[in-house]
Amino acid sequence: MSEKKRRLKLSIPEQEVMRPGNLACQGCGASLAMRYALKALGNNVILDLPACCWSVIDGPFPYSSVGVPLLHMAFETAASTASGIRAALKVLGKEDTKVVAWAGDGGTFDIGFQALSGAAERNEDIIYVCYDNEAYMNTGIQRSAATPYGAWTTTTPVKHFKKLPKKNIVEILAAHRIPYIANLNVAYPEDFIKKFQKAMSIKGMKFLHIFSPCPPGWKMKPDDTIKVARLAVQTRTFPLYEVEDGLKYTLNVKVNKPKPVIEYLRLQGRFKHLTEEQVSTIQKNVDEEWALLMKKIDKE
Amino acid sequence: MKKVLMGNHAISIGATLSRVQVIAAYPITPQTQVVEKLSEIVANGELDAEFIKVESEHSAMAASIGAAAAGARAFTATSAQGLLLMHEVLHWASRARLPIVMANINRALAPGWTIWTDQNDSLSQRDTGWIQLYASDNQEVLDSLIIAYKVAEQLSLPVMVILDAFVLSHTYEPVEVPEQSEVDKFLPPFNPEWKLDVNNPHAFGGLTAPNIYMEFQYNHHNAMLKAKELINKEGEAFGKIFGRTYGNIDKYKTDDADYILLTSGTLARTSNIVVDSYREKGIKLGNLRVRTFRPFPTEEIYDALKKAKKVFVVDRNLSYGHSGIFFEETKASLYNSDLDIPIFGFVTGLGGRDVTPELITEIVEHGIKSEKPENDVIWMGVQK
Amino acid sequence: MFKPGKKINFNSAKDLPPTPASVGDMTHNFTGSWRNLRPIIDYEKCIDCMICWKFCPEPAIFIEKERPKIDYYFCKGCGICVTECPVKCIAFEEEGK
Repeated sequence: MSEKKRRLKLSIPEQEVMRPGNLACQGCGASLAMRYALKALGNNVILDLPACCWSVIDGPFPYSSVGVPLLHMAFETAASTASGIRAALKVLGKEDTKVVAWAGDGGTFDIGFQALSGAAERNEDIIYVCYDNEAYMNTGIQRSAATPYGAWTTTTPVKHFKKLPKKNIVEILAAHRIPYIANLNVAYPEDFIKKFQKAMSIKGMKFLHIFSPCPPGWKMKPDDTIKVARLAVQTRTFPLYEVEDGLKYTLNVKVNKPKPVIEYLRLQGRFKHLTEEQVSTIQKNVDEEWALLMKKIDKE
Repeated sequence: MKKVLMGNHAISIGATLSRVQVIAAYPITPQTQVVEKLSEIVANGELDAEFIKVESEHSAMAASIGAAAAGARAFTATSAQGLLLMHEVLHWASRARLPIVMANINRALAPGWTIWTDQNDSLSQRDTGWIQLYASDNQEVLDSLIIAYKVAEQLSLPVMVILDAFVLSHTYEPVEVPEQSEVDKFLPPFNPEWKLDVNNPHAFGGLTAPNIYMEFQYNHHNAMLKAKELINKEGEAFGKIFGRTYGNIDKYKTDDADYILLTSGTLARTSNIVVDSYREKGIKLGNLRVRTFRPFPTEEIYDALKKAKKVFVVDRNLSYGHSGIFFEETKASLYNSDLDIPIFGFVTGLGGRDVTPELITEIVEHGIKSEKPENDVIWMGVQK
Repeated sequence: MFKPGKKINFNSAKDLPPTPASVGDMTHNFTGSWRNLRPIIDYEKCIDCMICWKFCPEPAIFIEKERPKIDYYFCKGCGICVTECPVKCIAFEEEGK
């Protein structure tokens, strides 16, 4: 069909690099995240994948779902392996090929953090993606440093739900003063793809932090994935912003009239046990974090 | 050209002559001069390589894996605790069948903190699926690196070239440095069939079910067995060009020997001195140096030992609660053969304690006068 | 629409690549069999906004003649399209009815 005749205006690229038949659960945010990412990245990209849900989603030998070269690697090595691939491509004269480390929150906030910090300090020319589903989902929903206050997991059972806050990974990366950091969300595909495209145009270390709902792990309905992801933004729980050179903060999606955080929490069984008081603690934290962020946002 | 080189610089120069393309390394005593020299060589533009100054040995090996998987010749070097930190990804490298070459400088393990030599670091990596070559002088260190790539890339297997801390790493010896053009004739550029390639995408290392996992291990093992032949073959081919030949084992006056010392690394050189002094006395002593520990050259060891009356294995390492490791391996590999001679296992030199000709002599004396080994571990030089 | 793929079987060590390497994709794996509920687009009401296409994680919705079409070979029945459709034109019906 010629472009002229076309009446459809798609807000994201039509090309699909990722293939169906993959082993993601119903309504998986991580599956959607990969689909968007590859729409932006295209075919001239090499992925490296530490242990995470995607180690399974991609499919067993002799299959793969991503349609681009991919290297499965050990849990804590996303950033270091990507550094090695980048160096090889440079020596081999293939500098136009993008290198993407694709890790979960466990592989990023916890076990892979040292390698990530090292790669950030070296300003490796890679795109480090963390799809954050806020717990070790692949091993059966154990808490990680990305699990937020209040959440049930199998290692923070209801009586002892997680009473510590989520590690602020964006701030930690910003302290490394890397060229580009952004929060992305699967409910905002246009913003999502724009940020990937921006990351692709920047030399040096890029860190993309994707909010990625997990229906089984969050004890929510699979059809609510987008709704919950959107509410995370609308309640200011997961602000969509970017940080350039560790200093220039830009808010990409304004939330002038935030919804109460309970609207986000109540769709997810992992927060079901929370008392009103605990919910207001969460609300207070969200408000404080937002206020702090607003102080940093560049007003132009 | 002849140069006087410390073992660590022999490594750097060996890697440079091998035209390594990606180096990822983290400093550790006694390996530091390897990375310092290579940093200098890369910074001066004498080698077209990327040097990633990673934040740990684990990342050094992970980056090497990434680089080799993308089709570059990768190199790293480490020692002791660093090698242990790599352990997980050492398995990954070999199972991913990536021909990474690494120099490991044998240093004893902590606690207590030590920087001096013994072999427990590398021997703890016995089952990682890497080829292990133990060098006995700095010339061999340099030459082995070049041969290692030649073997590694034909078999898609990683190789560890191993040398003693300080005794080689920091000791200056005359080394013949080969011409680059000659090395290039011996070692062609690395061009693997399977790699991360955007024009021919594959996913490497995905979930592998019980119905096919074992077949990959079968192939890996067979490649290791093939390495026995190839190490000899390429060691000879190297000799034809450079005049120095290497193999899985190195026999010193073993052919007619009644008693044979079985050694590795620099202990072998000390042992050769002792062999000569016994020969002067008319006692037929020989020394069998095992250079390739993995794959284990069972057949060649059998051939070298088959006429001997006794074997004295000298181990600068220990498998706690069992015995020295070369002893254990030798004994086990000969168990089903027709060879029925006493094999003595001596443990000595741990943590860098000097192993002198006098101590080796004590070992030989002990072995000659004992009918059978009294124990699986005969401690030598320990203050009981 | 993705063409359904074929299963690939290795029965001998001799045929294997040196390390597990993919030689095909997962399109032989008809994840449509996971579905309890089947999304059905009412094309009378559909406004072709492509929001369902946009949010499908698989991807199991493709564009055919400028309209969204569900690929039932692969649709896992998550229902995101049903929930997100702005004109509520996608029904969610029990499979096997």
